[in-house]
Amino acid sequence: MYTQGLDAKTEQGAQPSPRLVTEQETALQGRFQERVDAEEKIEPRDWMPEGYRRTLVRQISQHAHSEIVGMLPEGNWITRAPTLRRKVALLAKVQDEGGHGLYLYSAAETLGVSRDELIGQLLSGKAKYSSIFNYPTPTWADIGAIGWLVDGAAIMNQVPLCRCSYGPYARAMVRICREESFHQRQGYELMLALAQGTAEQKRMAQDALNRWWWPSLMMFGPSDNQSAHSAQNMAWKIKRFSNDELRQRFVDATVPQAEFLGLTIPDPELRFNAETGHYEFGAIDWTEFNEILKGNGPCNRERIEARQKAWDDGAWVREAATAHAAKRKQRALKKAG
Amino acid sequence: MSTDLKEALFGYTLRLGDTSLVLGHRLSEWCGHAPELEEDIALTNVALDLVGHARMLLTYAGELEGKGRDEDRLAYRRDVFDYRNHLLAEQPNRDFGHTIVRQFLHDAWAVELYGRLCASTDETLAGIAAKAVKEVRYHVRHSGDWLVRLGDGTDISHAKVADALGRLWPYTGEMFERDEAEQALVAAGIVPDPAELKAAWTARVEAVLEDATLDRPADGWMQKGGRRGEHSEHLGYLLAEMQFLPRAYPDATW
Repeated sequence: MYTQGLDAKTEQGAQPSPRLVTEQETALQGRFQERVDAEEKIEPRDWMPEGYRRTLVRQISQHAHSEIVGMLPEGNWITRAPTLRRKVALLAKVQDEGGHGLYLYSAAETLGVSRDELIGQLLSGKAKYSSIFNYPTPTWADIGAIGWLVDGAAIMNQVPLCRCSYGPYARAMVRICREESFHQRQGYELMLALAQGTAEQKRMAQDALNRWWWPSLMMFGPSDNQSAHSAQNMAWKIKRFSNDELRQRFVDATVPQAEFLGLTIPDPELRFNAETGHYEFGAIDWTEFNEILKGNGPCNRERIEARQKAWDDGAWVREAATAHAAKRKQRALKKAG
Repeated sequence: MSTDLKEALFGYTLRLGDTSLVLGHRLSEWCGHAPELEEDIALTNVALDLVGHARMLLTYAGELEGKGRDEDRLAYRRDVFDYRNHLLAEQPNRDFGHTIVRQFLHDAWAVELYGRLCASTDETLAGIAAKAVKEVRYHVRHSGDWLVRLGDGTDISHAKVADALGRLWPYTGEMFERDEAEQALVAAGIVPDPAELKAAWTARVEAVLEDATLDRPADGWMQKGGRRGEHSEHLGYLLAEMQFLPRAYPDATW
């Protein structure tokens, strides 16, 4: 589903190498930047600066982990979807997220890390995933709110990634974005059904909007003046727009949608500025964001425990598949010999 | 179609629809929790197909019944004793091996059944079968391949699927039960003869069990009751979860 602002100051390890070792490297670096500036795609076998590679591994794997962890809050309602049509739609959506995880892990593998290694980093807590999935989904309206707001925010972030300088990532994003925009429409349509439904359904929809609005705004990451790596990532064309620009775009697109639903955005300071043509909104509570990033969100532990349990419970299955493949190979060799 | 035959076909379609729904629901419980990502996607695919079949079958059952019940009315507003699924379908997932055994025993039946239902004299049922058979061919290959991998994998995996096979075998007899109403459907060329299905199912199952190095359990006492609405304790919990929203908000549309 989504990657969040990757340039929080708390994150380490993506700094480009502070000094260049050889002249040859300087030349390679120069040639690399020229290609990026000319909007050429960088492919797995091409030379790339170590910092670029590290940044991409971190961003793509974080994105992949977000897809996989993101299956959990929505998966929470698959068995309770209120109609068979909704059940099928939700199953298909969560399955799409698994598929996104799969192509993103593959894209990360082109940079020389294995999927098992990346999953190990997720389970150990070394790798991050989008904090939004550390919020719970207590009601059915959360499924609508996630589709509408979380996927909506994801699209804002991800559409520019279709033009990312790294080829395999850019190509994965083209497909992902197509599916995400379908999910977003589906989520909005679900919210619409609730908003036009009984008083209880409308209450459910408003409650979900109240809980998801601010976390959705936080998905774009820290404010530009708090952002550590933006300039380098922009120069590398991994990032095209700043966190604040994307957040503003999201607010501008989403407020009229909430109005159409007849729901109220939980921000008393929200107002339209006719001069700028943009909505102005209240201050984001970054303390909450930072606490969740540290592991103190309502569901951080449950999410990783669920992934760990699936991994542990599946160990004997993966071992059996490997053992069986080895037996088959042996038999085939014997037959051939 | 005579009223009796129509009623028999309603019962038959409902059984098939309920079995698909309950089994699809069980598989959907795996979503996000499977042993590997590829398998998560594959199990969800099968769940999607089964719920898809259930929707077509329950819609048709509602039409045959003629009392204005649509797929959701049938799925969400019936209690345990009105459900007609096979007991096999409602058995809990337990572990991946148990899920695979349950699925294979079902898929081996479904592929034989839908293959024959394509030739049904009832056009709607034949149409549903023609769509479903393409999917269940994939399902039986998927569950059969896994059964072979697990049976002929490690000692642990072998022991797990052997145990599951022993537990679930007594639920397979129900798939071939027949009664007077079904007899009439067979005579009218609407549905295949359960005896013929059983022979084809047995051959298919035995071949895969052999590849999986698993012994076929003996046909002892078979658990029955699904077709009369007599279920295990598991179905009530499944329905409580599935039906929660329409039950809690009976006036809402979603």
